[in-house]
Amino acid sequence: MTWRSPLALMRDALRGQRARDKELRNLVSNLPYEGLDKAKQPNRHFPSNAIKTTKYTLLLFIPMNLFEQFHRLANIYFVGLAILNFIPVVNAFQPEVALIPICVILSLTAMKDAWEDFRRYQSDRKLNNTPCLIYSRKEKQFMERRWKDVRVGDFVKVVCNEIVPADLLLLHTSDPNSVCHIETANLDGETNLKQRTVVSGFLNSAFEPESFTGVVVCEKPNNNLNHFKCYVEKPDKERAGAGIESLLLRGCTVRNTDHAVGFVVYAGHETKSMLNNNGSRYKRSKLERKLNIDVIFCVILLFAMCLVGALGHFLWLQALPGIPPYLVPDSSGHLDGPSLSSFYTFFTMIILLQILIPISLYVSVELVKIGQIFFITNDTDLFDEETDSRMQCKALNITEDLGQIEYIFSDKTGTLTENKMVFRRCSIMGTEYPHKENDKKLLQQISRAESSSGSRKTDPYLDFFLALAICNTVVVSMATAQRRRVSVLLWMGSGDGGHSQERKDGGKICPIKISSILNRTFSDSSVVEEDHFQPSVKKERNGGSYALQTCSLHAASESNKPVATSDNLRYEAESPDEAALVYAAKAYGFILLARTPDSVTVRLPSGEDLVFKVLDTLAFDSNRKRMSVLVQHPITKEYVLYTKGADYAIMELLVHLDYIYCGKQKNTAADTQHHLDCYAKEGLRTLCVTKKVVSAKVYESWLVDRQRALAAIDNREELIMDTAVQLETNLSLLGATGIEDRLQENVPDTIMALREAGIQVWVLTGDKPETAVNIGYACRLLEEEDLVINMTVGFQITCTSILDCTLEEVRRYGEDPRNVDTRPDISLVIDGRTLTMALSPDLQERFVDLAKRCRSVLCCRVTPLQKSRVVKVIREKLKVMTLAVGDGANDVNMIQAADIGIGISGQEGMQAVMASDFAISRFRHLKKLLLVHGHWCYTRLANMIIYFFYKNVAYVNLLFWYQFFCGFSGTAMIDYWLMIFFNLFFTSAPPVMFGIMDKDVSAELLLGVPELYRTGQGAGAYTFSTFWVSILDAFYQSLVCFFIPYLAYQDSDIDIFTFGTPLNTVSLFTILLHLSIEIKAWTVVHWVIMLGSVALYFVVTLAYSAICVTCNPPSNPYWILQSQMADPMFYLVCLISTVVALLPRYHQNSIAPSPIVQARHLDRLDPSEREQWIKEWRSFRGGGQVKRSRLSTPPSPSLGTPADLFPESPTTAEIIGDDFTLNVISENYQRPVHT
Amino acid sequence: MVKQEQELDNRPDNTAFTQQRLPAWQPMLSAGIVIPGFVLIGLAFIGIGVALFVTSRSIQVLEIDYTGVAQDSPCYRCSDPDTKNCVCTMDFSIDTLFKGPVFFYYGLTNYFQNYRRYGASKDASQLSGDLEYFKNPSSDCSPYQYDNDKPIVPCGSIANSMFNDTFKLYQIVNGARKQVPLDGKGIAWWTDYNVKYRNPSVTPLRNAFNGTVKPVFWSRPAYELDPTDPANNGFINQDFLVWMRRAALPNFRKLYRRITEGDYAEGLPAGNYSLEIAYNYPVLSFDGEKKVVFSNVSWMGGKNEFLGIAYLVIGSLCIVMSIVMLIVYAKFKFPEED
Repeated sequence: MTWRSPLALMRDALRGQRARDKELRNLVSNLPYEGLDKAKQPNRHFPSNAIKTTKYTLLLFIPMNLFEQFHRLANIYFVGLAILNFIPVVNAFQPEVALIPICVILSLTAMKDAWEDFRRYQSDRKLNNTPCLIYSRKEKQFMERRWKDVRVGDFVKVVCNEIVPADLLLLHTSDPNSVCHIETANLDGETNLKQRTVVSGFLNSAFEPESFTGVVVCEKPNNNLNHFKCYVEKPDKERAGAGIESLLLRGCTVRNTDHAVGFVVYAGHETKSMLNNNGSRYKRSKLERKLNIDVIFCVILLFAMCLVGALGHFLWLQALPGIPPYLVPDSSGHLDGPSLSSFYTFFTMIILLQILIPISLYVSVELVKIGQIFFITNDTDLFDEETDSRMQCKALNITEDLGQIEYIFSDKTGTLTENKMVFRRCSIMGTEYPHKENDKKLLQQISRAESSSGSRKTDPYLDFFLALAICNTVVVSMATAQRRRVSVLLWMGSGDGGHSQERKDGGKICPIKISSILNRTFSDSSVVEEDHFQPSVKKERNGGSYALQTCSLHAASESNKPVATSDNLRYEAESPDEAALVYAAKAYGFILLARTPDSVTVRLPSGEDLVFKVLDTLAFDSNRKRMSVLVQHPITKEYVLYTKGADYAIMELLVHLDYIYCGKQKNTAADTQHHLDCYAKEGLRTLCVTKKVVSAKVYESWLVDRQRALAAIDNREELIMDTAVQLETNLSLLGATGIEDRLQENVPDTIMALREAGIQVWVLTGDKPETAVNIGYACRLLEEEDLVINMTVGFQITCTSILDCTLEEVRRYGEDPRNVDTRPDISLVIDGRTLTMALSPDLQERFVDLAKRCRSVLCCRVTPLQKSRVVKVIREKLKVMTLAVGDGANDVNMIQAADIGIGISGQEGMQAVMASDFAISRFRHLKKLLLVHGHWCYTRLANMIIYFFYKNVAYVNLLFWYQFFCGFSGTAMIDYWLMIFFNLFFTSAPPVMFGIMDKDVSAELLLGVPELYRTGQGAGAYTFSTFWVSILDAFYQSLVCFFIPYLAYQDSDIDIFTFGTPLNTVSLFTILLHLSIEIKAWTVVHWVIMLGSVALYFVVTLAYSAICVTCNPPSNPYWILQSQMADPMFYLVCLISTVVALLPRYHQNSIAPSPIVQARHLDRLDPSEREQWIKEWRSFRGGGQVKRSRLSTPPSPSLGTPADLFPESPTTAEIIGDDFTLNVISENYQRPVHT
Repeated sequence: MVKQEQELDNRPDNTAFTQQRLPAWQPMLSAGIVIPGFVLIGLAFIGIGVALFVTSRSIQVLEIDYTGVAQDSPCYRCSDPDTKNCVCTMDFSIDTLFKGPVFFYYGLTNYFQNYRRYGASKDASQLSGDLEYFKNPSSDCSPYQYDNDKPIVPCGSIANSMFNDTFKLYQIVNGARKQVPLDGKGIAWWTDYNVKYRNPSVTPLRNAFNGTVKPVFWSRPAYELDPTDPANNGFINQDFLVWMRRAALPNFRKLYRRITEGDYAEGLPAGNYSLEIAYNYPVLSFDGEKKVVFSNVSWMGGKNEFLGIAYLVIGSLCIVMSIVMLIVYAKFKFPEED
């Protein structure tokens, strides 16, 4: 280290700061500078790869931790009290003793923090010392170093199954196609393989790190895992753009690729995975917000009581005629005046009555929630066998919100449905082919088309299936090397002993060399095998009964017949629709064999393999709602663009004047549209498939734009999208597909139960209204007799008038005498465009008003952003508790906007789960989660909190009443240690147990009678009045507990602490028995803890009274309890005080019939009898069927007549002049049969 | 494929505890249990109440106020704070035999021995006989810690304000005064006398007090508290111990003597008595009253009718409630019976 002037150091630091803050970074290779000192390193300003996630350092732990802890208001309160105690004129106890609570709490928290920090330190150290390979110029090869040695500008080599140490720009891979597969399970939990490609300028070149002379220009680090902008400028100023597809993220695992070499662009804390790592979110539950208000009431109460004390002291001193011997002057013999003395008394009182502020409540609530989460996650009913996953609680402090939900916003695909797509029907050139029954017809068409080789170029049937096979981003694989080896063995049988050896010892770490050999072997052999097996497949096909019956994707993917090569291909798709299409194409003989960045291999039914050159892939985005693949046909050498996408996104782009098909196209389009509508009505997901032949000239001019867009740094996404839109015009329609997405099991049942529980269920989906409505009926969100309002308008003005008139109708409908005793079963279907208008500030109120009156709402064709906006608007306008449930990345916004976000770990990756508060695996789990666990968690916690307030007030008031008899001087008649123990040990476990384990109504009954859930909604069990009732009860009980002993011992020779002992004991019994009245179901645990608390009280107090002779000076506990327990009066006083204190509470609980009490009565019956009861109750209360059947005629003519086809209702639409319908869906409407 | 081979290891334990299916007792008290229960409780309470009330009634109490505020009181002369060494005599008569053993209390009203800073004003270590604290009393005792730079033993406000009236009881038998023997032993807590308070193990005791001074208000040092009984001196003087055990409430009585000996072992016979009071303790500064109380005790301690009445009231209340409930349930049927 050479000496450098401080000025230079500062300049350097400033420059470094500037370099880090710049929007664009210029990075160069470190290799030319290897061995030079740090000041000369070009990338020295960027952080190294060593990470430190610890909060504290060893030396500064105590000050830093204290600083951290004093951010909590509660701790400041404690410290303030402790400090007050050190002021001699106001202290109430021995100052040292007053430090106990704060010390206990601070040290417990500090220990927890230290342990967590140590764990972080250990994991950091482990990560930082993980070996990796860095290129060294001196050694001319990759050397083994540690992760912490990696710096920006280094070249790092990652081998198969290794974890990427930093964000690497991929420059070279062992794969001949220059791709590298990664698994991002560590980052987002998705286990499908993702393909990353080498930066375009470095394809297929033998890569030498030392020869890398370019400058990597990249953006400032950000936390977006799916975007990255960068280009590499070579010395000749040629720029090669790169995006996220060339970035290997730290934390990913390299799979199926021997090795890959990358250039470190971000290291350490600047990597995307570290930037994303911002810990768990903290949500505050509704109950907790209310609780905080009540804590403020407690503070007010405390101040009032202290004021009473101060005032009382003042008056008491005033009334004294002289200076009595018991007034102690200060050391100079001077006595404070009444006003000053009462001022001091105020603070003394704060110290004395401090537990009125239930600080321990917060700790107890945390404990209770941990216990509740334990039970929720351990519920076997919420366990999914298929995926072997439990319910996960990500947010630890909002369990009780589950019991208060009023609105549920649900995604459709993957949430209500399986998101396991099954190819059902297709329409090709205007002809409809069901996939199941008439597949022969379609096959004949295909073979006819194939046989006429002349039409090969243009035959739409071939094109259709080629498009299905090609136009996607499905990765063909293999997955892991392990999986691959298994398939090799399947093929080779026992012929190759060497490989089976490998398989046995093949663990997670694959030896590089062997795996590379294996890969090669496999790729050779697979070709041979496939050729070999093809004939047999063909033979089978000709037989007519071949693998086509496996029309579902599951069947295809799961059937492991070794006879067909194709069955061993695995398609890894990011969207299940794509996989379904590829499997469908495969079923018809168009087998996608391989996909590399620049080629796709497809086997035709004839057995011929075609290798298409992929010129470009125009990826899917939610604006265009389509994707395209531009390929060069290997035979005709034409440039062909295959596009697939949502029907409305495609239909606008079709060729207008078709000179080739001479009007046939138009018919095709109309027929296809008709088929699409039918599909949608059946609840199928539809996609249109088109083709476009691009001339070489057009392609070349487009390519220039495209490359410019790709290399752009600013607005890259928009530019790329523009180029995509530019090419996707004048498409010719090939056909459409209908994919079925089955409803998940028990969805209708769950939705019914949720609705009976008083929860409004909204479905927000990106699908077409027809599909959504259909699913709505299937899952009983909509009922046959419902009045369905369909809102689809184009303009703001019409939207306004429609909203007004609908609202008017709905109001009138509700007021109609025929409907007085019925719930208005109105449902609203609204599409994305209309929704945007309805949510505009001036219409919002009306929309919310309308939505409030609807039983269910279906929003179709909504974007992720709209989903979250709907949730936010409803949540804020109606002030209701909302829950959003979804499974995909498009639901993340919504999940985060709602009070509770629930992620379903399904087919679409883990983004929703990562963003959620709770993660479940099936929609039906929602029923038990809300109705049972939600109800329990809420009632338990609410009752526990109320009890806690009560407990503190009841206990502290004993001290308060005593002040009236001790000149308001702040004397405590209970030993301070016993007071601390009272809160810490004797009465702390029972409420926590109560909060975790109490069960007011059994799970069976809660599930059987969902109406019980309503007790928690809105204000719920924890209201202003319940809080004050319990406070009043506490006042009453403390009065009883104080004055009965007072009157019994009045005028006797009892001393202070002997007087305090029965008070303390009475108070213990009252507080515990009060809880016993609240406990609804006593299990062994309850008995043990309750009796244990009483036993603990006596054991500890007796021991303390026997040991403490002169400890804790002002008090005099020695042998007091012992002497009291030998006195019959003690028991008589305790008995009557407890009984009198609890009589009102007992009576309040035993009268006041509520649904919960009724339910508890039912709970006591034996199961079969209870079943009967539940049935009767439901038919009596719900009465849904009866009521709905009365709704036979529409209440007013303008509400429309039953229409045949759902969206088109000519009458109203014409009246209003827009595509708007308001109609009663009748039986005519065809409902799909979902099984 | 791989997943199925591993036995679903995330499956939660299917135990009664984790599934919240522990057998539970649900205390839904039906009318059939509540009404008889209330009747039983009511009867039991009435029984206890009667016992307490009868016992309390059988306790005889005689209170004699000798504050001397009223001008016709024999102690009026002594209530003037300026009068020193004042003795006054109160005469009283007993109609029937006052059953023994008779407890002789002195009582104070409006005296806040439970005043917080008063209560802290003592040195427990000094009182347990630790000579270290004879020289340096705890600062808790301030301002009764040092007197003219000499440590006060026993220090502190409680000791300083010790009650110092003394009483002599005479029975007037045929005009002559016959002294009633008063038993001053065992009136303090056994634990105070034997464990908590200790004299330093120095003989003679007065040597331990060398270099210390008596509390300001005291007329005699601690080692001369009881001139009649050398064992009853220092910190284990019974009167001192009784005083040091601070009363819980501002109106209190403290045991002064017991009458258990001689002719009076059976109690105080009917007749005239004369109480000679050495009036020293000033009470006018706090509007207090001084009194002596003669009482005999039972298993429930002194006379207190409150508890007996409370039990009777609550017991009857339970009975009334059970009757009301019976009527209500009879009229509106039991909900379970539907």
